[in-house]
Amino acid sequence: MFRNLKTGALVALVAGAALAAAPMADAQAWEPTKTVEFIVPAGTGGGADQMARLIDAIIKKNNLMKQPMVVVNKGGGAGAEGFLEVKNAKGDPHKIIITLSNLFTTPLATGIPFNWKDLTPVSMMALDQFILWVPADTPYKSAKDYVEAAKKAGPGKFKMGGTGSKQEDQIITVALEKQTGAKFTYIPYKGGGEVATQLVGKHVESTVNNPIEAVSQWRAGQLKPLCVFDDQRLVYKGKVTETMAWSDIPTCKEAGVDTDYVMLRGIFMAPSVTEEQRNYYVSLLKKVRETPEWKEFMEKGAFNQTALIGDDYKAWLQKEEQRHYQLMKEAGFLAPGK
Amino acid sequence: MEEINSLLHGFSVALTPFNLMLMFVGVVLGVLIGVLPGLGGANGVAILLPLTFTMPPTSAIIMLSCIYWGALFGGAITSILFNIPGEPWSVATTFDGYPLAQKGRAGHALTAAFTSSFIGALIAVVVITFLSPVVASFALKFGPPEYFAVYFLTFAAFVGMSKGQAWKTISSMMIGFALAAVGLDSVTGQLRLTFGFMELLQGFDFLIAVIGLFGIGEILLTLEEGLAFKGANARINLKAVIETWRELPRYWLTSLRSSAVGCFMGIVPGGATPASFMAYGVAKRFSKDGDRFGTGQVEGVVAPETAAHAAGTSALLPMLTLGVPGSPTAAVLLGGLLIWGLQPGPMLFVEQKDFVWGLIASMYLGNIAGLIVVLTTVPLFAAILRIPFSIIAPIILVICAIGAYTVHTSMFDVWLMLVFGVVGYVFKKLDYPLAPLVLALVLGDRAESSFRQALLGSQGELAIFFSNGLVGTIMTLGILMLVWPLVSAALARLRKAA
Repeated sequence: MFRNLKTGALVALVAGAALAAAPMADAQAWEPTKTVEFIVPAGTGGGADQMARLIDAIIKKNNLMKQPMVVVNKGGGAGAEGFLEVKNAKGDPHKIIITLSNLFTTPLATGIPFNWKDLTPVSMMALDQFILWVPADTPYKSAKDYVEAAKKAGPGKFKMGGTGSKQEDQIITVALEKQTGAKFTYIPYKGGGEVATQLVGKHVESTVNNPIEAVSQWRAGQLKPLCVFDDQRLVYKGKVTETMAWSDIPTCKEAGVDTDYVMLRGIFMAPSVTEEQRNYYVSLLKKVRETPEWKEFMEKGAFNQTALIGDDYKAWLQKEEQRHYQLMKEAGFLAPGK
Repeated sequence: MEEINSLLHGFSVALTPFNLMLMFVGVVLGVLIGVLPGLGGANGVAILLPLTFTMPPTSAIIMLSCIYWGALFGGAITSILFNIPGEPWSVATTFDGYPLAQKGRAGHALTAAFTSSFIGALIAVVVITFLSPVVASFALKFGPPEYFAVYFLTFAAFVGMSKGQAWKTISSMMIGFALAAVGLDSVTGQLRLTFGFMELLQGFDFLIAVIGLFGIGEILLTLEEGLAFKGANARINLKAVIETWRELPRYWLTSLRSSAVGCFMGIVPGGATPASFMAYGVAKRFSKDGDRFGTGQVEGVVAPETAAHAAGTSALLPMLTLGVPGSPTAAVLLGGLLIWGLQPGPMLFVEQKDFVWGLIASMYLGNIAGLIVVLTTVPLFAAILRIPFSIIAPIILVICAIGAYTVHTSMFDVWLMLVFGVVGYVFKKLDYPLAPLVLALVLGDRAESSFRQALLGSQGELAIFFSNGLVGTIMTLGILMLVWPLVSAALARLRKAA
């Protein structure tokens, strides 16, 4: 269930790029006629917010769009505020939204009337990775060591810090527990930066922060990565610390605690927009991904640079929705009636 | 001494004509942002952030942080003139600032507010300059129980300082907690108290509540009193500045205490809002004029403004050293750092010396620029009070409505603001204090999640709140503050009996 997600996605990427090339030619027929609102269904400073603001900055700096763009945070109700606004803006081509895993988890956990099919998928921008982090001065040499220690301490004795409740971090924690039989106490915090600091201060035993959220503490020798929750290693080979590169971190499968999870960073539009309008944003975002600023950001945050559009993107979303439903059902996170 | 060298180097980075110009532009923009309710510092910085992408990072952060200082200064202006806090941390400034303006001493109140802000910031920058490594490691000691203890202390200080009507303070606070609980429960990830209304899922925003409770409520009251606007005889010359400056040295102890509270809350990071409330509470308890607080005491403006600015400034320290923003505005600045290709966190001080020390030097210069800008505007702002109320009231109403709309770009919030206005009016008529409600609405959510995080970690053991010296001390202080009115009342009775 956790496997082969990305190999498939990469194959699809190549196919998708070939298919996408055709409609690209007449994509310029429609253009925004007023300010485009870029909605972030999360608070300021988090991963989705950073990416949205970077996209905005790249578009402005390279004059990729004639009309202005504003980034608006609508993070209320774990993002429900932003999703419902776009859902209700039927046919409005001047609103786009960036998503994170709360696209799937928020409706499932809260029961709000929303599904990704209520929106028009535009483009996947990248996939975000998760890494198991512990303080650098702990004796654990591998993820296996750490999980064994957690088991030995007894159920619930080790605390896992993460962002939000019944969202990606907690889902990974539950998946890890199921795979290994260890039992953690999950502590939800407000944002990834806070989680990393709490780990440095040893208020929790471990975290599953995204690479960009903990890289600074890793370089400062305060934290160390044990394994990456993906089925293959990160591709970035440049040294991050004196001795290690992102690509030196073993996968959790190699480390003997087979669990994987990647998070969508994708763009959607309101329902019932025209094909032309969608194509405009598809090609705009493609241009964004080709800039050096974007590539630098991808490397800094050790992102998985899979980007999908069209039917491949839809198929990917469909599969992910199923997976999240299963994961959340098994964890007992579903809202009544879901 | 290494710090002095680094700082001098920082000044050489910051002191270019281009950067100086950016400082003044930033401060003026910031003051405007601070004056308009709803358009908070965080929104303002977020809107202007993209403008800075083409600048070198050091110039960009200098301009953005000057917007931030400007907003900190500007928040006080509407609080004092119209009883409408432009920013969360200026709520406490209304307590004595507005009565001062009504007495015709708006210029004095503004001068006191601006000067105290400057002093608070200055002390905080000195702390940042010389103590950053020590202070950063102290902040790491704060886990969920310690955070809860700090919030508890803030609430307790507030209940403890209210004299004679502690139960009114507590009821008002409880309403605030109830409002804060609406929306998404961050610990279980489920919606609560929304009763199926999708508009309520983001909960009650503090800004909407404040604009309604204070701004609209105040207008309703003034209408009832027959449109009399008491600030009309405000003097509009710079003499008020000199007079206030002569008075200010008297409050040096209050300034010092408030700076300490502010620096502590900024670094922890509890934020500028609790800092301002706590400093007001502490000043009221220790001042010999404490009984007259709330009637228009300059000291009652000095305390919250010093603390808010000290906290707002020192909030940048955990952001730079740990990557944890101490305030919403700091959070947006954090996003900016990443876009400029700088990774906040422990390595920033080591790898980006120019940037960090340039920023610190700009804190000194930016605050001086800020003080110059705002002091020269004192007569201008005080003159607004000379406009007849029948003209200014509709303008305030429109600005309030725009402010409320801006927060989430939603019409629902404008209606909500009006409802809060009526609530504010009723509260004032029944002589219930509004501030505890606001305080609970701002901090209730954070206090609750820290409490529950702590109990999750301890598997339900309440002893976690006394598990080490740090948390135990803060909790004990809080409890003392809470029961102080009872103790002092009992002591007084004993003395009378004897």
